[in-house]
Amino acid sequence: MDDNKEIKDKEKSMTRSEFLAYMSASFTFMVGSSIFGRFVTEAEAKAAGKDNTKVEKKDSSGGSNTDTKPKHTEQDYDPFNHAWIYLIDTNKCIGCGMCVRACKIENKVPDKFNRTWVERYHILEGRGALIDSPEGGLNGFQPESYSKVTKTFFIPKICNHCKKSPCSQVCPVGASYFSPDQVQLIDQKRCIGCGYCIQACPYSSRFMHPDKHVADKCFWCYHRITKGYDPACVHACPTGTRKFGDMTKPDDPIRMIISTERVQVLRPEMLTIPQVKYLGLDMEVR
Amino acid sequence: MHGNEIMNFLFPNDFHVDWSLMVVLYPYITGLVAGAFIVSSLYHVFNRDEFKPIARFALLTSLAFMLFATVPLLNHLGHPERAMSIIITPNFSSAMAGFGILYAGYLVILIIEVWLVYRVDIIESARNTTGFKRLFFKTLALGVYNTSKEALDLDRKLIKIFAAIGIPAACMLHGYVGFLFGAIKANPWWSTPLMPIIFLFSAVVSGIALLVIMYQVIMKYSGWIIDQKCLASLARWLWLFLIMTVTLEVLEIISLSYKQAEEWEIIKPLLSNQLSISFIGIQMIMGSLIPFILLMVVVILDKFLHERVRNTLTFIAALLLMMQVFAMRWNVVIGGQTFSKSMRGFKEYIPHFFEKEGVGASIIIMILPFIALTIMLKILPTFKNVFPVDTGDDNKK
Repeated sequence: MDDNKEIKDKEKSMTRSEFLAYMSASFTFMVGSSIFGRFVTEAEAKAAGKDNTKVEKKDSSGGSNTDTKPKHTEQDYDPFNHAWIYLIDTNKCIGCGMCVRACKIENKVPDKFNRTWVERYHILEGRGALIDSPEGGLNGFQPESYSKVTKTFFIPKICNHCKKSPCSQVCPVGASYFSPDQVQLIDQKRCIGCGYCIQACPYSSRFMHPDKHVADKCFWCYHRITKGYDPACVHACPTGTRKFGDMTKPDDPIRMIISTERVQVLRPEMLTIPQVKYLGLDMEVR
Repeated sequence: MHGNEIMNFLFPNDFHVDWSLMVVLYPYITGLVAGAFIVSSLYHVFNRDEFKPIARFALLTSLAFMLFATVPLLNHLGHPERAMSIIITPNFSSAMAGFGILYAGYLVILIIEVWLVYRVDIIESARNTTGFKRLFFKTLALGVYNTSKEALDLDRKLIKIFAAIGIPAACMLHGYVGFLFGAIKANPWWSTPLMPIIFLFSAVVSGIALLVIMYQVIMKYSGWIIDQKCLASLARWLWLFLIMTVTLEVLEIISLSYKQAEEWEIIKPLLSNQLSISFIGIQMIMGSLIPFILLMVVVILDKFLHERVRNTLTFIAALLLMMQVFAMRWNVVIGGQTFSKSMRGFKEYIPHFFEKEGVGASIIIMILPFIALTIMLKILPTFKNVFPVDTGDDNKK
């Protein structure tokens, strides 16, 4: 097991230490927002008459995923033994932007582009939705006051890791592919930078990396999940909005939620079979 | 989605246009390739003898543009050094994987066809020249110097066969480009099975229009008589293909508008704001309606027209149609990217002159085929049986 410690230590170098430093700096904000977030979401859930007790129980430890212990190591990782799944409980999102910041730092996401982002919806009476996502929600959201707002909510977005993905279908050289553990990956050493996948993605999850000149997007922090950690955004989420699970494990709590609750996906009419499931989507969300 | 939608939101990654002016040029150039080839095939396969004066020129035009069709794409790619992967190790679930086969196949057909058409002239040139020129033409002749009647008959048969194979090949080459866009279900402005057909018909329009312009310019420049029968026939075909193209283009919009499906919520503001000038103004009115009227005059009043009037009217119509087809490519490629996939907001795209994929690069890329064509015309005797204007029009008619 000493090997595991070494791996952990290696991983904690550079980006991870940067990340943790950042995390501690925003600790105060995190605790405050987390408490506030739980208060709000519980109230919302009650108002909506939803039975979210199961979900709440999972998060009672404060923040969803305290992944200090990796579930497995990189050496014993077999992609054929996993089927990763991502769940976003929108009822819980407070729009703090911790996930976006965590992703930026962890994956060195270039300026202006986002591997994940958070959208804020104001539903105005009779006028549809007013949506904003300043810098993808990187620095949270400033309060806005509109008249005749009937409801507001935050929607975190991420690559949907579709099973029938238009992006890997159209890749002319097979650089985009769906891995056995159900993650949409890009071989950036093979990508020719044609941008066809960016056109084909209905969710605008992909972008052309301005320095590498290849397609880029969320990989669910593949370098982390193969070592047994949660993706950075899941790890950073203070309210348990973002959850990461494994559909091959019978006792996986996320698998339990997806199997028993009524989950939705974005743009189901596209028939892309997204592996990111949502709780509490609104019809205005696309 | 609900009628009075507020148009204010773009997905964060949707702030710029990925497929630039280069991706507008690519279908424009392959369209000219396919269009010019089809004119030459009208003579070689369908025996439209009125196209004899420009059949060879059409073939050369097609080849000249074909040689440079990939240049805008290579300039656009993030990693052009990996471009050959598309041909060597294609992913066949991608429509783009067909590129290598279609492009290489068509290029081979085109080169064989050009060689067969010019074979006798190459041999003659090899016999009549000396030194380096002789060596050059001997190389071009590939060691075949048989010009007997049997050999020429075989040539004619082969030309017919290759021209016949070339028609579906040209249609595939360009239909494929339309399919690249038509098969993207994420984009409501592109996603229609009509797309390859619209691309194909507008390709023929641009090809014929280019030939009308180039033929007149070369004849004027060289002081030769413009074959009026050929020009009138070109105008007729141009008119026919214009009508079919615009019908399809308008049909697409009418069908979207009438269905009032979800996509119309974004396409309606797209057409009335973002593309109001380039689609309605340039593509539909200046590029379609005016040439339609001009060509109608040429076609219907053919007998009463003085040749200068015919020349001028077809020339202007052809110029406008070249612009129309470019506007159509622009409206499809850029228009399809000006709205966000959120279907709730728009972005701007104005190409700069000096950027990598900007206006300057586009102008240079568009000049290259003309330089190639000029060199080819110098080497290969393309216009035969032409008469200088001085010998008097009356005799020749």
